[in-house]
Amino acid sequence: MIAAQPETLVQLAILIPLAAAALIPLFHRAPNLRETVTLVSAAALALIVWSLYGPVMAGARPELNGPEMVPGIRVALKVEPLGLVYALVASTLWIVNSIYSIGYMRGHDEPRQTSFYVCFAIAIASALAIAFAGNLVTLFLAYEVLTISTYPLVTHKASDEARRSGRKYLLLLIGTSMVLLLPAIIITAAVAGTADFTTGGILAGKLSPLLMTGLLALYVFGIGKAAVMPVHFWLPAAMVAPTPVSALLHAVAVVKAGVFSILKVVVYIFGIDTLTNSGAVDKLIWIPAATILIASLIAMTKDNLKARLAYSTVSQLSYIVTGALLATSLGVIGSGMHIAMHAVGKITLFFCAGAIYVAAHKTEVSELTGLGRAMPITFAAFTIGTLSIIGLPPFGGTWSKWYLALGAIEADKLAVVAILMISSLLNIAYLLPIPFRAFFGRPPASAGAAAAHGHKHGHGHAHGDGKIHEAPTACLIAISATALGCIALFVYPDFLLDLLKQIPLR
Amino acid sequence: MTGLDEHLPILQILVPLFGAILTAFTRSGVLAWTIAAIASAIAPFISAGLLMRITETGKPISYVMGSWAAPWGIEYRVDLLNAFVLLLISLIGLVSIPYARKSVATEIDSHKQPWFYTMYLLCLSGLLGIVITGDAFNAFVFLEISSLATYTLIGLGRHRRALLSAYQYLIMGTIGATFYIVGVGLLYLVTGTLNFVDLAARIGPAMQEYPRPILAALAFMTVGISLKLALFPLHVWLPNAYAYAPSFATAFLAGTATKAAIYLLIRIYFSVFAVAIPFRQLPVTEIVLVLSLAAMFIASFAAIFEQNAKRMLAYSSVAQIGYITLGIALANKMGLAGSLVHVFNHAIMKTALFFALGAMAYRTGVLSLPSLSGIGRKMPVTTAAFVVAGLGLIGVPGTAGFISKWYLALGAIEHGWTWLVFLIVLSSLLAVIYVGRFVEIAYFREPSADLAGVREPPPTMLLPLLALAFTTVYLGFDTRLTGGIATRIAEFLLGGFTS
Repeated sequence: MIAAQPETLVQLAILIPLAAAALIPLFHRAPNLRETVTLVSAAALALIVWSLYGPVMAGARPELNGPEMVPGIRVALKVEPLGLVYALVASTLWIVNSIYSIGYMRGHDEPRQTSFYVCFAIAIASALAIAFAGNLVTLFLAYEVLTISTYPLVTHKASDEARRSGRKYLLLLIGTSMVLLLPAIIITAAVAGTADFTTGGILAGKLSPLLMTGLLALYVFGIGKAAVMPVHFWLPAAMVAPTPVSALLHAVAVVKAGVFSILKVVVYIFGIDTLTNSGAVDKLIWIPAATILIASLIAMTKDNLKARLAYSTVSQLSYIVTGALLATSLGVIGSGMHIAMHAVGKITLFFCAGAIYVAAHKTEVSELTGLGRAMPITFAAFTIGTLSIIGLPPFGGTWSKWYLALGAIEADKLAVVAILMISSLLNIAYLLPIPFRAFFGRPPASAGAAAAHGHKHGHGHAHGDGKIHEAPTACLIAISATALGCIALFVYPDFLLDLLKQIPLR
Repeated sequence: MTGLDEHLPILQILVPLFGAILTAFTRSGVLAWTIAAIASAIAPFISAGLLMRITETGKPISYVMGSWAAPWGIEYRVDLLNAFVLLLISLIGLVSIPYARKSVATEIDSHKQPWFYTMYLLCLSGLLGIVITGDAFNAFVFLEISSLATYTLIGLGRHRRALLSAYQYLIMGTIGATFYIVGVGLLYLVTGTLNFVDLAARIGPAMQEYPRPILAALAFMTVGISLKLALFPLHVWLPNAYAYAPSFATAFLAGTATKAAIYLLIRIYFSVFAVAIPFRQLPVTEIVLVLSLAAMFIASFAAIFEQNAKRMLAYSSVAQIGYITLGIALANKMGLAGSLVHVFNHAIMKTALFFALGAMAYRTGVLSLPSLSGIGRKMPVTTAAFVVAGLGLIGVPGTAGFISKWYLALGAIEHGWTWLVFLIVLSSLLAVIYVGRFVEIAYFREPSADLAGVREPPPTMLLPLLALAFTTVYLGFDTRLTGGIATRIAEFLLGGFTS
């Protein structure tokens, strides 16, 4: 697509969102220009990341090396297939999310929009730096920048609740990464003499099985963004943020940064063979496996739509961690696919939740009865997202669950297969009733009263005719795009699958 | 230039000392500031010149006073260690001086301003003197020059409690200096020399005959210097001194005074006593390690509950000094390098933080945390710089503090104490809380009516602050100056010693 050196493309992938962050404040007083900067950068970024697809498939592994930060370790970027999958997901969805953000933030008259877009762009830059990190230190650097740049987004409302959630967010994410992940990285670097992501890992024969298990545990819990229980509390707390943040960051960029990091550590630091031989995974896999079920059960108890989606995310993230800890080739493919499939599905659901909030000012599942008739597009998309998350054809989520199950069989862990199936049933139980209730439920006796309620708050799009209408067009475009994406990924999963098969495991 | 080149070591001291004499005769604050500015601007060039010459030749520079050859005369002996710390101190002086003008003009009565700059220059030359001299007694003299000047600088604070704080520090500081000189006396008794290099050569043989006086000397010097560098629990003078001193004095002292004392401790342990005596004959590792950990945790907790912003940062300094002494206690290559790296990094970050607070005090006149509510909206650039330096204190990657922590953690692993890595990172979590608390106050609360009309400080204050905030980030990526040189220093200080 673009005739440039892959190295240049990698550089641009980090610099474009950073440049956007620098440019956005200049247009503080011209919102249309400001949003143009975001949209243009998002489009340019996606174009650039997609341009890397060809070269990487052809075997190129573009590298960039910066200054030596700590003894023997440089700031380094290196593109490999797994990172590219995450980068593709994050950069592509940034476009859709930007369109959505504009509709949402304006529809909702949010304050401080300039700093919102700036932090967002920095977050995307760090997400791409995580995707392309060439060693653990670079990954850690970008990981922490991502936490810090999203803190102002989580606390955007500046209310007491936002402040409390911000505390939880910062203390849990910085806390786990500082106290568990950083020592894990330092120990790894000291033991292996390097921190580079290397085919087959760098720890073979360097640690006893017990220490290997301990180190893996440090990574699994230290990468708090993966939200493996019990370090998941930050994620429901982060839902206080505006919905576009929840959608792109807390369903895609931030949380996927977590699971991606675990996957990357498993594949390129431990090496799947080393892990299997040490027996470390056999002990630890039950923690994410339990998270899958427990988070689903908690999700069933939540009436707040975003909270339910948040716990659903916690559960789905552990699919990916479980897949990584299967330490088999099919498990890695399943995990990699689920990064993409869950991202597209869950962002759709969050988009819908935000659209409902903007249009009808409703946040609780129990308030949605009958709303499907007023907002058919939103709820149709919600249904598609739900079915994809559950893993039913013809939606993308089918494939990732399929490969995860195959990976579990390959690892001879039938209990994991059973957990995946039970979880799918739980997904049906807590997600499907939402659109069902919206479409087929009897609308509340006083539909007009509900609209008046929206009016009273001054947020609703309830017009003079006393009815709730669809969300702003920009939101609907985004919702439709990701919903169609769920279907497209079912029909054309090959480009992802081919890329994931390129991951060098041994 | 070759003639002048040769005299660089003495010029390092003479320039500020001469400036101090000149300022003492001036009546105008502006003129005194100009003289101080010239002296402060020359000093870093001398330090950089010394550092460059040493890195080029790889040999220490020896300068003898009045042609009296060492060890009889006083020798200034500059190796990589001194040059590194000299550069740090003179750089802090350079970056502080533009800041001083407006800050001092508002906080110090105009007729006292020339004296204030005299004291600043005396303090600067005293601190540089401690670091450059190769003579144990001469170090004491400079220690006293800098201390006396410091007491005055603190006592000039506007709050009446500044006097009490200065007096408190004077008592403690004098006890510290006395302990140090008792130690020097004991060493002189058994070796007959005061020259560091000569002492190092003679202590080994003397140890056979007089082990007790030598160990007693080491103990006296350790306690004396620990008082000056504010090692927990000898830190009690520091929070008040920092809190009530004029803004400029706090910022300058936070970056330099304790650092010179740390230099002296490293010099005594690793050059004079040649590592083996403190770390083999005495349980210095264990004692200093426990005190360092206590500092890292207890002082951080104190910072969390502190209501005065300057005292909060002062307690944070005590905690951060704990990191530095921790590296000294480890007495291995990475640990010692980490210690030196953190001497540099912490000086940069803490000076930046106190600059930011000084700027806030300049505009608002207050420093209690609740009264700074909403300051982030009124002084966004200043507050952002504070946050960047604060992230450095936490040790977020991409800032200087991360590099320090990495080296120290490697030092702990090198010592075989992996558990220590977890304590090091755990204490940085406490920094998240006290920095985070400031962030919440600055950004989440509505600005109070008192802050109406508050805006960014004048450029002479803002630019030094931004320069240091930038340096905090820069040193998080390019570590040739800090990590690179510190590792070389640690290598030659340790020689073949393995702990």
